[in-house]
Amino acid sequence: MDKILVGLKRVVDYNVRVRVKSDGSGVETDGVKMSINPFDEIALEEALRIRERGEANEVVVVSIGGTEVQQQLRTGLAMGADRAILVETGDPLDSLMGAKVFNALVEREQPGLVILGKQAIDNDNNQTGQMLAAIWGRPQATFASELVLNGDKATVTREVDVGLETIEVDLPAVVTVDLRLNEPRYVKLPDIMKAKKKPLDLVPLADLDVTPAASLNVISYEAPEQRQKGIMVEDAAALVAALKDKGLL
Amino acid sequence: MSKILLIAEHDGKTLNAATSKVVACAVTIPDAEIDIAIFAADGAAIAAQAAQLDSVNKILQVDNVANKEPLAAIIAPQIVALAATYSHVIGSSSTFGKDLMPRVAALLNVNQISDIMQVTGSHTFRRPTYAGNAVLTVEAPADQPVVATVRIASYRAVGDGNSAAVEAVSVDADLPGHTRFIGLKSGTSDRPDLQSAAKVISGGRALGSEESFEMIYKLADTMGAGVGASRAAVDAGYVPNEMQVGQTGKIIAPDLYIAIGISGAIQHLTGIKDAGTIVAINKDEEAPIFEVADIGLVGDLFKIVPELQDLVG
Repeated sequence: MDKILVGLKRVVDYNVRVRVKSDGSGVETDGVKMSINPFDEIALEEALRIRERGEANEVVVVSIGGTEVQQQLRTGLAMGADRAILVETGDPLDSLMGAKVFNALVEREQPGLVILGKQAIDNDNNQTGQMLAAIWGRPQATFASELVLNGDKATVTREVDVGLETIEVDLPAVVTVDLRLNEPRYVKLPDIMKAKKKPLDLVPLADLDVTPAASLNVISYEAPEQRQKGIMVEDAAALVAALKDKGLL
Repeated sequence: MSKILLIAEHDGKTLNAATSKVVACAVTIPDAEIDIAIFAADGAAIAAQAAQLDSVNKILQVDNVANKEPLAAIIAPQIVALAATYSHVIGSSSTFGKDLMPRVAALLNVNQISDIMQVTGSHTFRRPTYAGNAVLTVEAPADQPVVATVRIASYRAVGDGNSAAVEAVSVDADLPGHTRFIGLKSGTSDRPDLQSAAKVISGGRALGSEESFEMIYKLADTMGAGVGASRAAVDAGYVPNEMQVGQTGKIIAPDLYIAIGISGAIQHLTGIKDAGTIVAINKDEEAPIFEVADIGLVGDLFKIVPELQDLVG
């Protein structure tokens, strides 16, 4: 195929202990480390491997947001993507709008495959790939743990609750990736230097013909209720006794 | 009135236990009238089971050979065809529901609410975000259908003393041919299903090998428990991913959860925080799992697990 489109979302780094703001309007992001959504890194790694096998000519990374998102796109370029597109907007977009923006980019770029993370670790929605596939009118293969291309078709193994499901989809299609698909490569310093010269196109959101639907209204964020620390027991016999006390054994 | 279209989950023969828990959520939507839709090749047996669920108004049995396998691209347009007279379309936040419901929402041009853990009004819901580190309350627009998935670990199954009417329904929808089912490889296990088991025993990386997991299986079989694992144990290759408990695996709420050799990363704790009683066995007394455990035991699991086996066997 000619081209693979990969979505990269800028999110709070997965190692950060997230705290809810005291006014309940969101979570603390001031001075917090931001990174590429880990599932999206896996998506990009898969696209790069497909290109390196000679099954695609170009990998394009795309994102949506403000100037700061260029940082994550540059990281994607350093990993090995050929070029990047940033759809510029100062407002956070909901998942449906994100899918519509991706669809507008799909119309421009005509990729043979779109690979996204199965979910972003900020809102944990797990929606954008499925929504893009619906709007585009194309197949979706979600939660992929194996992706094999075969001409104008792809065979995808999906991690489902009862095990591993395999489906075949016609291309173009949307694939969303799960954790075990691959191990993303580390970025090396020379690649970071090279990435600075790769093209990064800025597209104002208003230039895309996309109409938002009504958003969900955020009422508040709260810290979750914490479980209380319980008792400690000395040995296996005391544990069994405690469980019998509770009627659990 | 809230007219709710609830999408049943099944394996072609049997209704999945998740469906009853989604009904339990739907019941808490003010003034709810709940219809369950079953998409199958032959859904008669499944419909008969769904009809027994308490509080259900009627069952819509949508038989079609194309519905033999649970393909989102095939089922979504059929749901859309049925959705017109409903205020809410909901499913479970299993891999089936997570695959399907966003496709339905996008076809209806509405945003979707994922993982409802509490209903606070006909259009307001609480849901976890940031791996459970923040609970978000959202309000859906009143003038369009609510499309949502339900976090089943937050709900207990409803009773099954009902006898709702079953209606055979045919829907008029264009079904795409671009997606084909090839096969399903499921771990053949006689153990209780992780997501509905009353007791679950999980092992972590401290087990050290696939062979060491045998003692977890043995203890679980003696206790009639399901077996889970931490992400670290899955990543180390000790067990298949379908056993993973946590934010990136299964979110469960058994009456008893025993974590053996699991340190308690936040993503694991997110998957068990609705468990009744949490027991932790770990050699590191500083392990975060002890912060949430109701009963903790510090020690060498290779000594403690065989002792437990003798005590409960």
